[in-house]
Amino acid sequence: MSIRKQNVKRSVYRNGANIGNLSALIFMFALLILWQLSAMKVDAAYILPTPVQILQKLWELREPLFTVHLPATMLVTGIGLLISLGLGLLLAVVMDASPIMQKCIYPVVVASQTIPTTAIAPLFVLWFGYGIWSKVLVTVLITFFPITITVYDGFRAAKIEMSELLMTYGATKRDIFFKIKVPCALPYFFSAVKMAIPMSIIGAAIGEWLGAQSGLGYFSRRMMTQLDGAGVFAPIVLLSAVAMLAAKVIGIVEHRLVKWRGES
Amino acid sequence: MSLLEFENVSYMYEADDYDIIDGLSFSVEKGSFHSIIGISGCGKSTIFKMINGLLVPKAGTIKVDGVSIENRKDYCGYMPQKDMLFPWRTVGQNVALPLEIKGGYSKKDRREIVENALSDVGLSGCADKMPDELSGGMRQRAAFARTMLTGSDLLLLDEPFSALDFLTRISMQEWLLEQWEKHKKTILFITHDVEEAVFLSGSVLAVTETPIKSLAEIKVPAGYPRTRECLTHSDMTSLREELIEVLRRQVKAE
Repeated sequence: MSIRKQNVKRSVYRNGANIGNLSALIFMFALLILWQLSAMKVDAAYILPTPVQILQKLWELREPLFTVHLPATMLVTGIGLLISLGLGLLLAVVMDASPIMQKCIYPVVVASQTIPTTAIAPLFVLWFGYGIWSKVLVTVLITFFPITITVYDGFRAAKIEMSELLMTYGATKRDIFFKIKVPCALPYFFSAVKMAIPMSIIGAAIGEWLGAQSGLGYFSRRMMTQLDGAGVFAPIVLLSAVAMLAAKVIGIVEHRLVKWRGES
Repeated sequence: MSLLEFENVSYMYEADDYDIIDGLSFSVEKGSFHSIIGISGCGKSTIFKMINGLLVPKAGTIKVDGVSIENRKDYCGYMPQKDMLFPWRTVGQNVALPLEIKGGYSKKDRREIVENALSDVGLSGCADKMPDELSGGMRQRAAFARTMLTGSDLLLLDEPFSALDFLTRISMQEWLLEQWEKHKKTILFITHDVEEAVFLSGSVLAVTETPIKSLAEIKVPAGYPRTRECLTHSDMTSLREELIEVLRRQVKAE
């Protein structure tokens, strides 16, 4: 393809992206209006609060939400995500390096995903107590799987011809890993992180729902017992906002680092 | 003097129950330009992969510069069919790959060598571009510069121009001859394009049968430097027809 054609294609993409962003905003706004109207029709805030009521609640409760519960949930999410990333990357590297290890690990990794986390999580509280570690475990259990599998797929996406070319230059396994496999897996890694962020937040919130002393999941549950619909939703809206913000930040980092997606 | 020698070399793929290369012997003179022609799947690339060490022969010896290639490095430069420029590296970083792997060069030295290699193939100022900013012919020239930086006297080019459009292909062929005359390398060139083989090579090695037991060596009746005009000479056209006939017979035999 000629360079000029590529530039034209890129600018078409850019225009397309702008229109896409606008459409997304309109769609989001339409959904919110629909929600507002339905909730006003139902007229029972303990069942279905309106978006406006939720925002009001968020403002009222800003002090405990932002200073106590959000940091607590972010701590669990952060630690869980870091452990999941470490574990996921390690497993992916080991599975890629050795077909025998791949055969051993893969079924266990898949089996771990058949565990109904919400059902078993109360046991984690018995094992690790009400501190953060029982929640971290729930988070890791939910999050490490997509990271492992996606990054492993990324390693396998490396073209054999590229490795062969480097081998003719006398490359070692280490050269091939760092010069081909890592760059090939990088776009997959970012996809994995973008998937993992909301999942780790859900994991932390589930953990807190089941037993905790602070955190947005815990707060949401407490509001539930008080039949405060808007209070249940307020921390959830906050979690969604944090997840979207984090995914956006990762998207920006990805855009800076990965410029070759789909071209290899 | 022979730069490359095959002595009774055999190779069998695991999935096959016969040797695709069966007791093959041939040699290539230093500084020569040989093309290997044959139909798709006849085993041409297998010969290359044994020379560059990706495949190990079942029997026989391959020598480069009179020494067996077993456990050796840096004795040949291989350029595959696709340019294989890594899309995550700049053109300069791609060309520097053989130096990086060999090691022992400072970043500054590497940069200088790469700049020179790129200007040598007519790509000055392209070191910091990404591969997708180059046209097909430019990408192949960058890949050739990378092959040159292996520093080897023996270059194995595996259908490097087959994916290019006609006009780019013929200008790349002329360009390759200039490069060969300038650097005095020994080139072994795989192609299934008879005209390309006749235009480029001093001798054509034709695969006449699979399993490959021998290569039919046919001298090209033209000297260097060459222009495309020589392709219109009667002995060149009859050579072309002869080679086409060789390939046809092989297709029928399959």
